[in-house]
Amino acid sequence: MSLAVDSSSVGLVSPQVARFEEPLLLACGRTLDSYELVYETYGQLNAERSNAVLVCHALSGHHHAAGYHEGDKKPGWWEECIGPGKPIDTERFFVVSLNNLGGCHGSTGPMSINPASGKPWGPDFPSMRARDWVHSQARLADRLGIDCWAAVIGGSLGGMQAMRWALEYPDRLKHCVVIAAALKLSAQNLAFNEVARQAILSDPAFDEGRYIDNGEIPAQGLALARMVGHITYLSDNAMAAKFGRDLRSGSFNIGNDEAVEFQVQSYLRYQGSRFSGSFDANTYVLMTRALDFFDLAREYDNDPVQAFSHARCSFMVMSFSTDWRFSPERSREIVDALIAADKPVSYVEIEADEGHDAFLMPIPRYLAAFSAYMRRVGVSD
Amino acid sequence: MRQDLTHILRWIASGSRVLDLGCAGGEFLQLLQDTREVRGTGIEIDEDCINAAIGRGLNIVEQNMDEGLDNFPDQSFDTVVMAHALQAVHHPDLILEEMLRIGREGIVTFPNFGQWRCRLYLGLRGRMPVSRFMPYSWYDTPNIHFCTVEDFEALCAEKGIRILARDVVGGQNGGTSRLASLWPNLFATTAIYHITR
Repeated sequence: MSLAVDSSSVGLVSPQVARFEEPLLLACGRTLDSYELVYETYGQLNAERSNAVLVCHALSGHHHAAGYHEGDKKPGWWEECIGPGKPIDTERFFVVSLNNLGGCHGSTGPMSINPASGKPWGPDFPSMRARDWVHSQARLADRLGIDCWAAVIGGSLGGMQAMRWALEYPDRLKHCVVIAAALKLSAQNLAFNEVARQAILSDPAFDEGRYIDNGEIPAQGLALARMVGHITYLSDNAMAAKFGRDLRSGSFNIGNDEAVEFQVQSYLRYQGSRFSGSFDANTYVLMTRALDFFDLAREYDNDPVQAFSHARCSFMVMSFSTDWRFSPERSREIVDALIAADKPVSYVEIEADEGHDAFLMPIPRYLAAFSAYMRRVGVSD
Repeated sequence: MRQDLTHILRWIASGSRVLDLGCAGGEFLQLLQDTREVRGTGIEIDEDCINAAIGRGLNIVEQNMDEGLDNFPDQSFDTVVMAHALQAVHHPDLILEEMLRIGREGIVTFPNFGQWRCRLYLGLRGRMPVSRFMPYSWYDTPNIHFCTVEDFEALCAEKGIRILARDVVGGQNGGTSRLASLWPNLFATTAIYHITR
């Protein structure tokens, strides 16, 4: 793809780093004395500073949501939705996308140096909750001079952060866009995360998270964790359409003893090994735990209606028909609680074969509904 | 704007909370917001209508009312409107009950199947009526529960639903004809009811 002619991309981008010296008290009771957040911005902040949109990333996401880094062939992870003329239109909005604390793409996390020991934090990095991210994001907003976001937007774990924003800082966002998310994980979801973590923890190279000191990475465990996760992000239909029972090598002909490999096996292994080369195992453990711990209404008597009664923004909720990791039923729970709390909410359930991953895909009805909602943001307020 | 909708407008108080069942592209909710400053929510199942309504800045929830309205709490709206949808739902009687559980008042509009043209069409031709207002054939119509003005009033009586006001659209130009006011069951093309418990 030529950057020069692709007018629907924000084009070349480069990350920035914000350093914070003011200690951040975390939900776990520990404190981060200082930390860095790596982030990218797309579009222009207007004079009133009223057109800023915060994008919150999901489990394995990061700050590079749109455009291209110098020399890269692949764009950021949400290129389909961020750019000129796209749902999050960079002609209108100033988009901020950061890597969350505890991440492994530049923000302070398990791979960073622990000032107390002079060695990488590794497994000693404090556990994170969605609210910790929200508080750190609020400080980034302060740094950028943004008093109130036009919208806070996220898919999956990102959607959970967006909802937490609406409760923690009700006056600092006008719109909350929650895509393929849930009020809390189901038991099945917790179980999948546990399998993924066990794959990592039981890899001998993990060494209780001290692998950095040993100069190793638990590649096998991390790859296996990603493979399990990846299966749950796709739907039965999507896998059938993409791979079916096609063979990559070998055959079932009588008299042929050649080893048989299905396309889907090869694909999963490729995804697993690619991921294990680019993601930190301690971060994966930390992120899945943050996902597990999230329960929007826990501190509100376990009543989501009471929780949302604190919100002052408008909500847009979207789900996908074949998403079984964060099913439409989970999104309906969000919508029903918002209706009962008398909050402005719109909801669409997109017919899509792509499962949970659909929120990253260019599905026409998804992009149309997303765009339709975003057109009101900053206009009708 | 369809004639029945402009008739409804005067029954809706300024600043009230309105639920529109089957809100289509949100034209009516938009009118209500613009002229009555209501806080409105619409439910709809048609994709294009939903996008159009969301694009207008309205609150639209994708929901099929035939699958229930349990998610709307008791008496959470001032008025629940259902315009030209009664004849298309699976259980019109249950929907009416739900409307008055969710809202203090309800407003219902439907095409009157007892209108003289319908009767004449069926009586003389012996075929299900097809007209400008009801352009479908019997096998592909979304309208599965046609009723007349008298049928509807009988159902309300049976359910203990109070009719606060009745209005009709008659005549060819869509206005209220004198005949339609006097003999609605025979002359109204569209019946409009303001109901409560």
